[in-house]
Amino acid sequence: MYELIMTHLNDVVAAVLFAIGLANLLFQKNMIKKIIGLNIMDTSVYLLLASQGYIRGLAAPIMTDGNTDAGNYINPIPSGLVLTGIVVSVSVTALMLSLTIRIYKKYHTLNLDEALMRVRQEE
Amino acid sequence: MNILMIIMSVFLIVCAVAVSFTRSILSSIVIFSAYSLIMSVMWILMESPDLAITEAAVGAGVTGILFYATLKKINQIDINFYKRGPLDEKNKNRPAGDISAKTLKASAAIYRVVALVCVLTLAVLLVATVLNLPEVGQISNPDNNEVSERYIEKGIEETGAINFVAGMILDYRAFDTFGESNVLFVATICVMVMLRISKKRDPGEETNAEEEEVSDRFYEPANDTILQVMSLIIFPVIMVFGIYVVLNGHLSPGGGFSGGAVLGAGFILYLNAYGFEKTDRFMNAKTVKWITFIALMVYCLAKSYSFFTGANHLESHIPLGTPGAILSSGLILILNICVGMVVACTMYSFYALVRRGRI
Repeated sequence: MYELIMTHLNDVVAAVLFAIGLANLLFQKNMIKKIIGLNIMDTSVYLLLASQGYIRGLAAPIMTDGNTDAGNYINPIPSGLVLTGIVVSVSVTALMLSLTIRIYKKYHTLNLDEALMRVRQEE
Repeated sequence: MNILMIIMSVFLIVCAVAVSFTRSILSSIVIFSAYSLIMSVMWILMESPDLAITEAAVGAGVTGILFYATLKKINQIDINFYKRGPLDEKNKNRPAGDISAKTLKASAAIYRVVALVCVLTLAVLLVATVLNLPEVGQISNPDNNEVSERYIEKGIEETGAINFVAGMILDYRAFDTFGESNVLFVATICVMVMLRISKKRDPGEETNAEEEEVSDRFYEPANDTILQVMSLIIFPVIMVFGIYVVLNGHLSPGGGFSGGAVLGAGFILYLNAYGFEKTDRFMNAKTVKWITFIALMVYCLAKSYSFFTGANHLESHIPLGTPGAILSSGLILILNICVGMVVACTMYSFYALVRRGRI
């Protein structure tokens, strides 16, 4: 079991981080902490993706010494996918934070349950 | 397995748990920034320097500062609110009790139990699944197939970019990246719709733009000497580094996304040190609008030639140049500059919109 976890370390860490992020999303009452939880889930998915492209002992996908043999470099595809994902995740975060500010302006609370109760009360 | 990677993995999990259990929001944001920094070390260990630069600039830099700006804004809203009316006004709004406290408590307990079961089941399922995946870091893994082989072996010949990742995202899959730049543009517009405060006072708004700026300056030490002196030294270095990363995207790690995020972080630093009056001279709504528009337009037109050549680059007349020279690899350099400009403007406008309600 120990051996198995050690050979799959990155994947296991990604799975655990995903669970921690989801727990934050579900259990935290504070909206900012929920957003941090979602960010943790984002990075865990990136970690899983990038660890699929990682090949032990090989170099980063940048040509050195004119060598264009595929056996010398790690897989560049997951890097390309994750690169765009990281930048999108910051725009998602900014969008969620601006929603949080709007909610706070109207209901004066960061607690989602309290905000929901005030919405219900207004109806 | 690399010992440093094990240490970093443990740090990652400890940071994630610490974020969850910290009471104060501010300290959990600080821990989250540290988490992102560790993640960027992780990318270096996994031989993905492109990701490391982007994560360090975006995750540890811009995301953290957006969280701080939100907290500051919330504090400001509070102060303005209490200044306007007495506390009783707020308490009047408190829920009276159309749902009794007992049922609420019971439903909260049920929610907690169900959520805990869901999280634990998902965690066990995920770990069990990833343990059945092929071992990390083997060249025989199924995703190291002919696609990546072709990108590496034919990449230099066909795109002229030394950095295979740049060649991939800006030549073979340039349309994806165009869509991605547009996502950033749309995100800016959405944040603007949400947070924009007009100069004239709307009936629904409590404040207008001028009042917002006055209160923003009131709660911020405007002329912080330490910050100003330090940013005088650091700001040019950040700018030169960002421009270097953008321009060398096809030769070395980095590119438009990483360099643009570095440039945006530099603008935010300058704004924090010298205030809006000075940044308005070079980064105002007009320049942000035109830079984003021109960059997206140039990208769109530069890649449209593929439509006329059968989307196959067969008749491309753009010279690729010698691989390794700064003016090489066809359109990748131009596209990198476009993406960099869009990303830098987006990062700056997010921060400016949160701070004062307009770019």
